[in-house]
Amino acid sequence: MSIFVNSHTKLLVQGITGQEGQFHTRQCISYGTNVVAGVTPGKGGQFMDKVPVFNTVADAREATGANASMIFVPPPFAADAILEAADAGIEMIVCITEGIPVMDMLRVKNYLALKPSIRLIGPNCPGIITPGQCKIGIMPAPIHTPGGPVGVVSRSGTLTYEVVHQLTQVGLGQTTCVGIGGDPINGTGFIDCLSAFEKDEETKAVVMVGEIGGSAEEEAAAWISANMSKPVVGFIAGITAPPGRTMGHAGAIVSGSQGTAAAKIAAMQKNGISVCQDLGTLGALCKEIF
Amino acid sequence: MKIHEYQAKQLFQQYDVSVPKGVVCKTAEEVEAAVAEMELPVAVKAQIHAGGRGKGGGVKLARSREDARRAAEEIIGMQLVTAQTGPEGKEVRQVLVEQGVSIKAELYLSFVIDRANAEITLIASREGGMDIEEVAATTPEKIIKVRINPLNGMQDYLVRQAIFALDLPKAAMKEMGALIRNLYRLFTEYDCSLVEINPLILTVDDHVLALDAKVDIDSNSLFRHPDVKEMHDPYEDDPAEVEAARFNLNYVKLDGNIGNMVNGAGLAMATMDIIKQAGAEPANFLDVGGGANAEMVENGFRIILNDPNVKGILINIFGGILRCDVLANGVVQAAKKVQLSVPVVVRMEGTNVEEGRRILEESGLKLVTAANLSDAAAKVAAIIQ
Repeated sequence: MSIFVNSHTKLLVQGITGQEGQFHTRQCISYGTNVVAGVTPGKGGQFMDKVPVFNTVADAREATGANASMIFVPPPFAADAILEAADAGIEMIVCITEGIPVMDMLRVKNYLALKPSIRLIGPNCPGIITPGQCKIGIMPAPIHTPGGPVGVVSRSGTLTYEVVHQLTQVGLGQTTCVGIGGDPINGTGFIDCLSAFEKDEETKAVVMVGEIGGSAEEEAAAWISANMSKPVVGFIAGITAPPGRTMGHAGAIVSGSQGTAAAKIAAMQKNGISVCQDLGTLGALCKEIF
Repeated sequence: MKIHEYQAKQLFQQYDVSVPKGVVCKTAEEVEAAVAEMELPVAVKAQIHAGGRGKGGGVKLARSREDARRAAEEIIGMQLVTAQTGPEGKEVRQVLVEQGVSIKAELYLSFVIDRANAEITLIASREGGMDIEEVAATTPEKIIKVRINPLNGMQDYLVRQAIFALDLPKAAMKEMGALIRNLYRLFTEYDCSLVEINPLILTVDDHVLALDAKVDIDSNSLFRHPDVKEMHDPYEDDPAEVEAARFNLNYVKLDGNIGNMVNGAGLAMATMDIIKQAGAEPANFLDVGGGANAEMVENGFRIILNDPNVKGILINIFGGILRCDVLANGVVQAAKKVQLSVPVVVRMEGTNVEEGRRILEESGLKLVTAANLSDAAAKVAAIIQ
């Protein structure tokens, strides 16, 4: 078992002929992901390696039955790409692109709210992987271990790799790892993933990685306390981040007294979540608790 | 991206939002000439990207041309220190001179992004001219919040909600309605993350007018706003951060003693936290991105080493798709070029990590390899002892 993606996922790639798109499509294919189509407007009829390229997502879906999309389209056109995938009925949209204007994402998010069967992961994220079954994204595959029991959800990229690597080193495999992205407005949030992990039989415990900015961690902590039976270990990055400065991720900013690491850690602890205070020991802590 | 008050007011005027008559000036002579065309009194206001200018002595009222000139002489060139500038302050290079207005009431109005609900929020209050976070904390009942769904935009009933809650005189209602609609258009069309008027003035003859103006614009949207790009004031930036941006490095200068270079923003923040836990303080945030190469590492070194407070550097790279041997070669090349003057702890993990560590150890440079994060923290702690 797993959440959101598995061996039945049929992936198409929007922006497949760009440099990043080509590179990561090949990485996904070599991991075993079933990549059935690519989309680049104007390049319909061509092939990227053995993958047929279409002009529109609707064409690609009709011809191949794709049910997921991975987006590598540059920021000015990325919101359009997400909406195109949604209107073509793609159920799982994973947007890797970093730098999409917030105003575009406000429209996208509110439009997708009208289509509850469609899930967006990202943008500005590493993607999602169910180890051994399906990788949609840019994460390094070899650090993962199939079979669970741990589910991972995170706002960050390399920080997630660090966490997964430590889990693998202490002998804890992963069911699914979801990078929900570092932008202020994103699709799937912490609670969506936690709720799916709670229902997934194979997932026995969850690691949740947050960072400064916004209030998603606080809301997730309250949700966990009220709804979750499985143990959760939390980590929050940015204790030393100064207020008013964006720390790399567009969403990682302490505004006034809002969104501090201290407030998030306190909210998690108050709700019974074990918070890891020293990243170097996260794997060991999980081994002890899970 | 932040812009100056006078630039924000130019945008307001494009959207028919009234502002006081004003001129931006770089010298006291220009101020004197500008005042000759205005009714007295006038306000002379320092133009820097920080709030709290009045308390810091950066805003002065002048009742004559001579007064205005004297105020300008005092303000232009001063190091203005406010709650938001840090103790070293910011040099004032220009002032906005504005004709005074007769005030009946000071209100507050802003538009912000509501991250949690993916909406836009209009915030208004009759308690203008004060720190709005403080008003919200002490007297939350005085804050009006109107939630706007971005797909529907600024509907009439939402405008009415705000206007009636503000308890305005009848004569001012229509103008306030227009102002709210116009500012919403500005907010969305210019990709703002904040539009704030504090105070928004109700004049004695019941007109509304923006006495102050603050506009922040989403940096990711600048590709479609070339006019905003031109408003950028390079004097407001930290020179090291400008230099870093030229090399596609995401750098934020901090006050600590241990520099650090990391791939990925989340891991970079976590690495800063580890430095703190080791008993030191991070000197910076530096994300070299996913594809760190020798040139980027070299430029990163140079920028970090320009900071005289730096006593050591921690490099933390999780080489996923980037191979550790490639990275190690890059670090060695870069370290040789910049002639390292401080110890460097390198923690890397990922593909070909053994080969990478061997390259570092055999380089003959002052590079200390760390086996894992805890080991890296211990080695950083050793540097500052």
